[in-house]
Amino acid sequence: MKKLITLAAGTATLLGTLMAGNAMAATTLDAVKQKGHLQCGVTSGLPGFSQPDDKGHWTGIDVDTCRAVAAAIFGDAEKVQFTPLTAKERFTALQSGEIDVLSRNTTWTLTRDASLGLNFTGTNYYDGQGFLIKKDIGVTDAKELNGATVCIQAGTTTELNLADYFRANNMEFKPIVFDTSEQTVQGFASGRCDVLTSDRSQLAALRSKLADPSSAVILPNTISKEPLGPVVRQGDDQWFNIVKWVLFAQINAEELGVTSENVDDMKKSDNPNIQRLLGTDGDMGAKLGLPADFGYKIIKEVGNYGEMYNRNVGPGTPLDLERGLNALWTEGGIMYAPPMR
Amino acid sequence: MNDTNPPLQPSRSKPWNDPRVRAIFFQVVALAVIAWSGWTLIENTLANMESRGISTGFGFLDQSAGFGIIMSLIPYDATYSYGRTFFVGLLNTLLVSAMGIVAATILGFIVGVARLSSNWLIAKLSLAYIEVIRNIPILLQIFFWYFAVLRSLPTPRQSVDVGGVFFLNNRGLYLPDPIAQPGFGWVEAALVIAIVAVVVIKRWAKKRQQATGQIFPTVKVGIGILIGLPLLAYLVTGGPLQWDVPALKGFNFGGGITLIPELAALWVALTLFTAAFIAEIVRSGILAVSKGQTEAARALGLHNGLTLRLVVIPQAMRVIIPPLTSQYLNLFKNSSLATAIGYPDLVSVFMGTTLNQTGQAVEVVAMTMAVYLTVSLLISFFMNLYNRAAALKER
Repeated sequence: MKKLITLAAGTATLLGTLMAGNAMAATTLDAVKQKGHLQCGVTSGLPGFSQPDDKGHWTGIDVDTCRAVAAAIFGDAEKVQFTPLTAKERFTALQSGEIDVLSRNTTWTLTRDASLGLNFTGTNYYDGQGFLIKKDIGVTDAKELNGATVCIQAGTTTELNLADYFRANNMEFKPIVFDTSEQTVQGFASGRCDVLTSDRSQLAALRSKLADPSSAVILPNTISKEPLGPVVRQGDDQWFNIVKWVLFAQINAEELGVTSENVDDMKKSDNPNIQRLLGTDGDMGAKLGLPADFGYKIIKEVGNYGEMYNRNVGPGTPLDLERGLNALWTEGGIMYAPPMR
Repeated sequence: MNDTNPPLQPSRSKPWNDPRVRAIFFQVVALAVIAWSGWTLIENTLANMESRGISTGFGFLDQSAGFGIIMSLIPYDATYSYGRTFFVGLLNTLLVSAMGIVAATILGFIVGVARLSSNWLIAKLSLAYIEVIRNIPILLQIFFWYFAVLRSLPTPRQSVDVGGVFFLNNRGLYLPDPIAQPGFGWVEAALVIAIVAVVVIKRWAKKRQQATGQIFPTVKVGIGILIGLPLLAYLVTGGPLQWDVPALKGFNFGGGITLIPELAALWVALTLFTAAFIAEIVRSGILAVSKGQTEAARALGLHNGLTLRLVVIPQAMRVIIPPLTSQYLNLFKNSSLATAIGYPDLVSVFMGTTLNQTGQAVEVVAMTMAVYLTVSLLISFFMNLYNRAAALKER
């Protein structure tokens, strides 16, 4: 009889453990603080957006977006670890809690926002889909691509836009779907496909990887809207607000003329907007659950949006992309952040 | 399932002292715990997905897919449903697996026999092939065949042209596509008749040989009938077949049948890799047949080919079939590496694009795993039937 009781007790314990899986975890902010670093999902290598250098140090605009969040939480932009993900893996990695933020040139769409259990926190790069083609084929417009073989990366909005575009224009195409953007370049370089399609910024990055970048051109057509931005899990509004307002802080900083160079002087500024941004006045940090000077730390460690842009993808970098849509709203673009007050 | 009270037996003192009752009790408890754990897992997953706002259910299978697939054995375009993409991927997986299994079996048997050849060069070449191929990871071999071969092929405009009918370039191998015209049914009917005739002749020849000892040239006559009869029907009906010859249009060749390089590379890699293992299995099978059998066959006056075909191979098959089954299963499962080179198999299409566009990872992964499990079990089942037919029959 005693044995039976022991067995029953053991079974009950086992079942209890299984049930405990239901309990809700603590907030993401608490979990990140406890870990001591932010876990950020990025690409496995896309120049200008997220790419490790020869010393294993990650750079890029998506990487800096994560560093800014780390700077806001810890006051240290280096307290972040990067998880390279393929397009196919990215949402599962975020859903399962393997990463805290997904910052992987991910397009904001209704389906992704509403049915994946995820939230997009904003847009750190306004992009659009284009085509990269070998110069010697002699095509100058995407409407001439009927019958073309097209290399694409799996699991992207690009795959759907491509089918839509060709269908809308009554053209046929053959898709070759690869797992990583690296493989699409290899396929393009080896002549497996006539055209490589992706977001225009990516095309610039991928073209720079070709043996002879000048042998290929980007067609003028932009066939879709691709607002790229960071993503977090649904159901943790505090964390959602933090990631959202870190980017807004960077955009506001550019608008206010606060840069990583002058941020120390700006601390003495009389402008109340700057004071609230840098935490010398108001309690913006406390409202988000962050230190009061989180804005100062972001700008000091990572810089404002314009600095982040110019450093990674702007003119003079290998990607050499004009600000265009990504200029501030005051300068003809659509980068606009709500006021910090 | 919850009925944990087995009937009491009045002749015994206490039911828990009865070992049989206890055995049943513990089995019922164990079963209940397993069922409960499984149920909890499912319920937990559903509850968690619900609370995180992740869509669940299989409704997505009816939605329009909206993406293209390069190769499909059934009609497909972007307007078809996600459910359709499942079948497109499944058929592509089955196609490459079937092609691989057939080719690997043939190549494996040839290499396995060659490995035992008394010719030094042939034996050593087979040995080298086996040792090199089976010691390099299959994924690397797939990449090798894909990128190495692809880069050496010309562009569509400089295609290798065989008689203006066959074309080879880095987009694939283009073959003319036969299109049946009215009256082609006669040719098909003739082929069926030919097959039946060959079976009948083979039986008759065997019976006659057993009765009289006279050998009838079944193989030569059989091939003659198989080719001759349909050809006769084809000529009589006036050649009711049109060839859709591929032609260069714009970027690529249009028309005809295309063997895409992804399929070719995957097929070659899977075949070569699995054939190396099959060769070793065949060798072990042949060596397992005792030498006395060969000597007895020789003593009866059978020459080398007949000894191998009538005495050694039938006995070797008993040793070969079980491990051969597991090689077939490996090949089928390895075909999922297709995703690395962009061949649109089930994993690439359904667990790749469809999963990503719908975000329904749990359903999609479960369906994909169910397919691999089902097909693997089916392969096992049929190979077990074959094994039973080939096994030693004790009389």
